[in-house]
Amino acid sequence: MYEKDGEKYFVVDGHTHFWDASPENWVEGQEEYAKGWIECFHAYQGLGPKETHWPIDRFQKYSEELMMHDLFEVGHVDKAIFQPTNLRQWYKNGFNTTEADGALAAKHPGRFLVNTTFDPREGDAGLKAFEERVKRYHCKGVKLYTAEWREDSRGWSLKDPEAARYLEKCEELGVTNVHVHKGPTIWPLDKDAFDVSDVDQVATSFQGLNFIVEHVGLPRIEDFCFMATQERNVYAGLAVVVGGLMHARPKFFAKVMGELMFWLGEDKLVFGADYAIWEPKWQVEGFVDWNMPADDELSDFPPLTVDQKKKILGLNAARLYGIDVPEELRLKDPERVEPVGVPNP
Amino acid sequence: MTTLVTGARAAVWAALGTVRDPELDEPLTDLGFVARCEVSAAGHAVIRLRLPTYFCAPNFAFLMVADAYDAVAGVPGLTGLDIRLEDHFAADVINRGVAARQGFVASFEGEAVDELDTLRGDFVRKAVLAGTDRVCRSLAGRDPAALTLGEVPPGPDLDRLRARRRELGLPAGDGDPLLLDPATGAAVTPAEAKRHLAFARLTRTSMEANSGVCRGMLRVRYALTSDDEEGTG
Repeated sequence: MYEKDGEKYFVVDGHTHFWDASPENWVEGQEEYAKGWIECFHAYQGLGPKETHWPIDRFQKYSEELMMHDLFEVGHVDKAIFQPTNLRQWYKNGFNTTEADGALAAKHPGRFLVNTTFDPREGDAGLKAFEERVKRYHCKGVKLYTAEWREDSRGWSLKDPEAARYLEKCEELGVTNVHVHKGPTIWPLDKDAFDVSDVDQVATSFQGLNFIVEHVGLPRIEDFCFMATQERNVYAGLAVVVGGLMHARPKFFAKVMGELMFWLGEDKLVFGADYAIWEPKWQVEGFVDWNMPADDELSDFPPLTVDQKKKILGLNAARLYGIDVPEELRLKDPERVEPVGVPNP
Repeated sequence: MTTLVTGARAAVWAALGTVRDPELDEPLTDLGFVARCEVSAAGHAVIRLRLPTYFCAPNFAFLMVADAYDAVAGVPGLTGLDIRLEDHFAADVINRGVAARQGFVASFEGEAVDELDTLRGDFVRKAVLAGTDRVCRSLAGRDPAALTLGEVPPGPDLDRLRARRRELGLPAGDGDPLLLDPATGAAVTPAEAKRHLAFARLTRTSMEANSGVCRGMLRVRYALTSDDEEGTG
């Protein structure tokens, strides 16, 4: 919970990680990729305030104590949602797995929600293992990487018939939140990894599921926004937007927030700090303090209200995940708001 | 002799300045992507290119290196050209493919199926939309749907918009409409104008935010101090 100027904010960090990218965990022969990956993440941290930058060795592998401190002791986070990234081809025990996240969550009851992942190319065996993970870790969400390579395959699409079986399983098991990584990625050769048309299609077919597009489709925010206006169950995951732009590129942050409010509206934006790339503390505090600057180019966008910020920082994610919000932290008169948008989008 | 070399280097730099990052629609020289540019007394050019991350998309990286090769190869008087991308996971494949004048598909044998012209076209269309927003910001309340290109105040934004439209084979003359659909070339009607302009604004925001992230990452990666913070807006 974060309190400022008499207002109390319930904070759900919708995107967090507990990873191990230390050299001991690098797969032999794949060291260059394992090193390149974590160095790339580390460079993203450089977009945050200088005093929050970490040395690379701490960034490669941080302790459980440090994570608990950064999120819950000083980071104002009430609940954090783990989003796994396996990357077992580069990291022996995986980079950030459901199992590692689940173990940490079990030691700190009430703090974390554990999401898992699936890859439809794993077929029946994968489907069975997916169901087991969901039941074991009580998952209500999945994180998907459609651009991930696997043997001869250069990625997959949510439109694939195999993916439909997994999404049906999600509906059956109550895994209602499908986080899809459409953003900065690693292997987009000729296949456009940022293409959101597959989300468009399954959002229509699977009305019982919510699709949270992580990193708002950056660098293709326009395609994402245009798609999202047509699907009522599509949300924007703000990981990278707040961490990567608010401090380093304040003007573009304002423009992107303005566009997201315009096209999707306040009920569809979900905060995520993307720890350990960025710590939640400066993001939560900075976002509460932030508002739309007076600038001619931003004149289409109204300032954000306190209630809108409360929704974005936690209440929207709480609604999606069925998280119980203490009475005093709820909105007095919550209303669902349609985006401004434009006629006939 | 010194003058000659300096002149040659300036010519090579100018050639590199015509090469754009296809995704960001900005010259490599402005983005800081040229790490080294030298021409020896004998006319041998050595160019090193760099990108914001080790994992930047190889399709765009390939386009940039190939475009840079073509642009510099056209500079008169050069006797040799050594152009390479550095610090990138696919650098070897891209450098070999470009040096051998192979296309993208041949360079990434078994990994890529389409040449990149379609992708490039998609991004030039985005650049037309983003450029439309830039130009429309200077209209001081006049209705963009009623204007032709010739009626818009001249300036670099308008020149850039015309150039991108020409690249796509879209009308770009003084009598052609300011607002048109970059996919079809059809004029945007007054009824469609509000939506078209909102989408143009959004596209510009997206490209510029992306460019902002890329510039920030490059600065962190190479510990650069120069900073034209948000200078693309």
